Amino acid sequence: MTNSIERHKYDILVIGAGGAGLRAAVEAREAGLKVAIICKSLFGKAHTVMAEGGVAASMGNVNESDNWMVHFRDTMRGGKFLNHYRMAELHAKEAPERVWELEVWGALFDRTKEGKISQRNFGGHEYPRLAHVGDRTGLELIRTMQQRIVALQQKDARDHGDAESFIKVFAELTITDILKDNGKVSGAYGYWRESGKEVLFEAPAVVLATGGVGKTFKITSNSWEGTGDGHALALKAGGNLVDMEFLQFHPTGMVWPPSVRGLLVTESVRGDGGVLTNTDGIRFMFNYIPDVFKDKYADNEAEADRWYNDQANNRRPPELLPRDEVARAINSEVKAGRGTEHGGVFLDVSKRLPSDVIKKKLPSMWHQFYELAGVDITKEAMEVGPTCHYVMGGVEVDPDSAAAVGVPGLFAAGEVAGGMHGSNRLGGNSLSDLLVFGRRAGIGAVDYVKKNGANPVNDATIKSAAEKIEKPFAQTGGENPYSLHQELQEVTHNLVGIIRTRTEIESAIAKIADIRKRAANVTVSGDRQFNPGFHLIFDLDNMLLVAESTAKSALLREESRGGHTRDDFPGMNPNWRQINHISSFDGNQVNVKSQKLPMLPKELFDLFDVHELEKYMTPEEISKGGSN
Amino acid sequence: MATGVFSNGRAKIAERTLRTDRWWLQPAFTVLVLFSFIVYATFRAFENAHYFVEPLISPFYSPCLSTGCVSGSSLLGQPLGVYHIFGMMISPSLFILIFPLGFRMTCYYYRKAYYRSFWFSPPACAVAEPHSKYTGETRAPLIMQNAHRWFFYAGLVFNFILTIDAILAFRNEHNQWGHMSVGTLVLLANATFLWLYSASCHTCRHTIGGRLRNFSKHPMRYKLWTWVSILNHKHQNFAWVSLFGVALADLYVRQVSAGSITNLYFF
Amino acid sequence: MARKLNLRIWRGNSTDGGLQNVTVDANEGEVVLDVIHRVQAEQMNDLAVRWNCKAGKCGSCSMEINGKPRLACMTQVASFEEEETITLTPLRAFPVIKDLVTDVSFNYKKAMEIPAYEAPADLKPGEARMAQVDVERSQEFRKCIECFLCQDTCHVIRDHEENKKSFAGPRFFIRIAELDMHPLDMLRNRKQKAQEEHGLGMCNITKCCTEVCPEHIRITDNAIIPMKERVVDVKYDPARWLGSKIRKRDGIL
Repeated sequence: MTNSIERHKYDILVIGAGGAGLRAAVEAREAGLKVAIICKSLFGKAHTVMAEGGVAASMGNVNESDNWMVHFRDTMRGGKFLNHYRMAELHAKEAPERVWELEVWGALFDRTKEGKISQRNFGGHEYPRLAHVGDRTGLELIRTMQQRIVALQQKDARDHGDAESFIKVFAELTITDILKDNGKVSGAYGYWRESGKEVLFEAPAVVLATGGVGKTFKITSNSWEGTGDGHALALKAGGNLVDMEFLQFHPTGMVWPPSVRGLLVTESVRGDGGVLTNTDGIRFMFNYIPDVFKDKYADNEAEADRWYNDQANNRRPPELLPRDEVARAINSEVKAGRGTEHGGVFLDVSKRLPSDVIKKKLPSMWHQFYELAGVDITKEAMEVGPTCHYVMGGVEVDPDSAAAVGVPGLFAAGEVAGGMHGSNRLGGNSLSDLLVFGRRAGIGAVDYVKKNGANPVNDATIKSAAEKIEKPFAQTGGENPYSLHQELQEVTHNLVGIIRTRTEIESAIAKIADIRKRAANVTVSGDRQFNPGFHLIFDLDNMLLVAESTAKSALLREESRGGHTRDDFPGMNPNWRQINHISSFDGNQVNVKSQKLPMLPKELFDLFDVHELEKYMTPEEISKGGSN
Repeated sequence: MATGVFSNGRAKIAERTLRTDRWWLQPAFTVLVLFSFIVYATFRAFENAHYFVEPLISPFYSPCLSTGCVSGSSLLGQPLGVYHIFGMMISPSLFILIFPLGFRMTCYYYRKAYYRSFWFSPPACAVAEPHSKYTGETRAPLIMQNAHRWFFYAGLVFNFILTIDAILAFRNEHNQWGHMSVGTLVLLANATFLWLYSASCHTCRHTIGGRLRNFSKHPMRYKLWTWVSILNHKHQNFAWVSLFGVALADLYVRQVSAGSITNLYFF
Repeated sequence: MARKLNLRIWRGNSTDGGLQNVTVDANEGEVVLDVIHRVQAEQMNDLAVRWNCKAGKCGSCSMEINGKPRLACMTQVASFEEEETITLTPLRAFPVIKDLVTDVSFNYKKAMEIPAYEAPADLKPGEARMAQVDVERSQEFRKCIECFLCQDTCHVIRDHEENKKSFAGPRFFIRIAELDMHPLDMLRNRKQKAQEEHGLGMCNITKCCTEVCPEHIRITDNAIIPMKERVVDVKYDPARWLGSKIRKRDGIL
């Protein structure tokens, strides 16, 4: 039967058609190789379109003092120094060129008065640094890349008579396996979502650019595609994931109604007078002010209310405590049974400000919720809770070539790759990450292919990949993938969500293992043609691996840092900063081991004030003053 | 062979549309109003009477260019003679109406209105049209729609003449200046609406600045373009208002001229 | 809170199919896509529907709701009457694949036919200078999320399959307008091509594309009509044509 399946031969296979994947494909084509781009949905719909803020690059158009070193420092600080320094360095150095290149390809960013690309301020960035187009920068980026691909195809049509002779986009196709022969990547196996028909790709190099894992959690801002496919494919191919415990949660995402579930409610809603209450109507944040903040935050409603008009003589309302404190408080209220049935609390700005002021101060918030859900925030409270937004952890790669550690021929870029953002990502750094490392993955793959040549796929390899796809239809009497997915989301959200403790993580690990056992027997109704139930089975398998990696890494890390908060280990610990957690898969379960994080070289070490580094590093590290 | 929404391969749905709202209301209304106007305008164009009474002239007959025009109505003289077809005198209105008519026929808004309501192409969005073939504005006669700008220029000339007519209406029956009547206001309003209709026109928007590639090199034209763009949003409204305006101004002059009503003077 | 909602969902494939009735719970504040997902999870596991961001930003969940081309994620259940049956069908201008999913490859073929942006040959990265007022018109068109609702509603192809080969559709007219208005684009025959190859003259500006655009792009007024006027400049206006030949005015043609 291996003869009857659809086969394609390429030099490089790019899985994922978001910013990183398309950038890698462009690079590979420009180097003269044949590239296939695989997307799970239609071309141009990738989750990259959701990025609003902008793309961070130290072009210095608005403030000339900006340069790559400042950007590098900001990125390391944001990641609490757990970033792979080399990735952060390359990213900061190359981001401006990547943005300018988009402009040459037709992107139209907002302009400064002098006609340069305008740059805006953003949290964690010292200077105005985010190139943007209104609040739709991600769309601009994806469309520019998409149109660049089309331009290259048009050129191929002129030069070679066939637009798809060098780049072909395979839309609505799911990859279920990376194939390996002789210890190296030989291709990938998957199926057309439309027909369910299987497809074999023969390619000596594969670039993973599959994005995030948000759908593992119940409340997320990610689309259905964020199911950790690349993470799982890498694990199954023998690769490693690094630091999967780090996920970016936002404390106040909408949890209800479903039409806006996962959408973020900006912090300015709280800054402009939004108060948090539980189902008893109690403004609970007063009960969660840590001792260190006692002198800065009001301990009674009267003073908190006065602050909005007189900030000099009053302490701030506790709703404005740092993100993790707010998240912890909401988490505790919900777990104590004082949350709504959807697992949130109320955030109300309508009682504080008149309707016209809210509309003026928070226009897009008002508009978004009104248009999408009929929720009028000038009249009613929002139901909010922690929302999963971004995964910092990902495939362990070589920073310069984006080659996945341990799997020759496999590359990873964008959200699916780990290391760049450390324990927490700065806003605006994701779009620049896509471009910088998308290109580097392209170059890495090109170099690899030129050096290694083709690697034929063995029939036995194909057979085992094909069997996996047949299996769900052969089974009967198993559970429905939708309910298992929901169960997994409950487990991850409640037990390895924004605030974690040992006992909860342990129970999550047990539950995930149980779901995985049951998932092996899922059954599917209907046939292969565009069948979402069938599609979910493979997504579910991927999410289970991701959840297991996250839970096991989270259990090991006994500190709180960036996107990992342990209630039982609240502080940041310099010893833990030296440790990366590496997840690998042995065919049965995920194993996590510790690995030493490479030390900053002296020239990068010296970019920082030593006193600042003392907050993050041990005295021994400081005394060494960098690795060389 | 089935085409359109019934083509092979498309979802098999028997209905021409599944819209549940009253989508036919708008085209029906357009037909009603436009048809009424056409009937009235045709009647008036052929009536060849009651179009002038000192100091008011009907917009349907201005400028009155034929030697057959009543005395005092020919602002630009009488270069044309009197012609007859089948023994009937050709109304002087017919010599000039072709221009404003052409302007409106080729207007981007009216095109939408009549393609939808008179030609059902389509009757409403997502409602299948009844024609088996469609070539749009690619061949004669509809390719002539591209002449819109020439009619726009002609329209400007008429706006100018009708504005003078309105100014001349600041006189009394004895041609003495410094008076104002209801008729003055009627003609003024008519001229204003026509100017707004022309100024909000898509061709105007294009000519004034839309055709430029770099606004930044032409700040004045950019400024004008932004103003015209604001008016252009309301082009549909101006199209209707100015249409009613012309008909009502004509009706007013006719009634005064026929003696059915008196033109009331304020001073 | 919850209410029962009656739906009529078209189910089938390219050879056969029909509307099926189903009743499902709907909560306050939900959009049609939420309800479809509930039907999918509880009653029709294999119901095919395309979607991605569920926030009106990706343009995947295009379908026809009570006969109107719309995004399912942007259509609130509350906008329908209590007793109303909501009819959901796939886009009717394109071939159906299964249930609510259509084959929109027509649009990707057309995208391939529009000549790409052509930057000045000597433009170095980082050296482009463009004024905000000069990029704003094109920026409006770049808001397009490629939901293809405008393509679906356009009667030129919706009602005339045979026109598909010669007509690019509103989505690509705004692409052409975007490039023709781009301050740095070097390709100067876009107007002629629009008329001669992409079927701009087929458009009879009945504005349905503008009516259905979820991004509120003024497709007809800001792209198609300006392009038609630009076509007149180069093809149907002898005075303008002659003037441009004589003076070669910069930045106009």
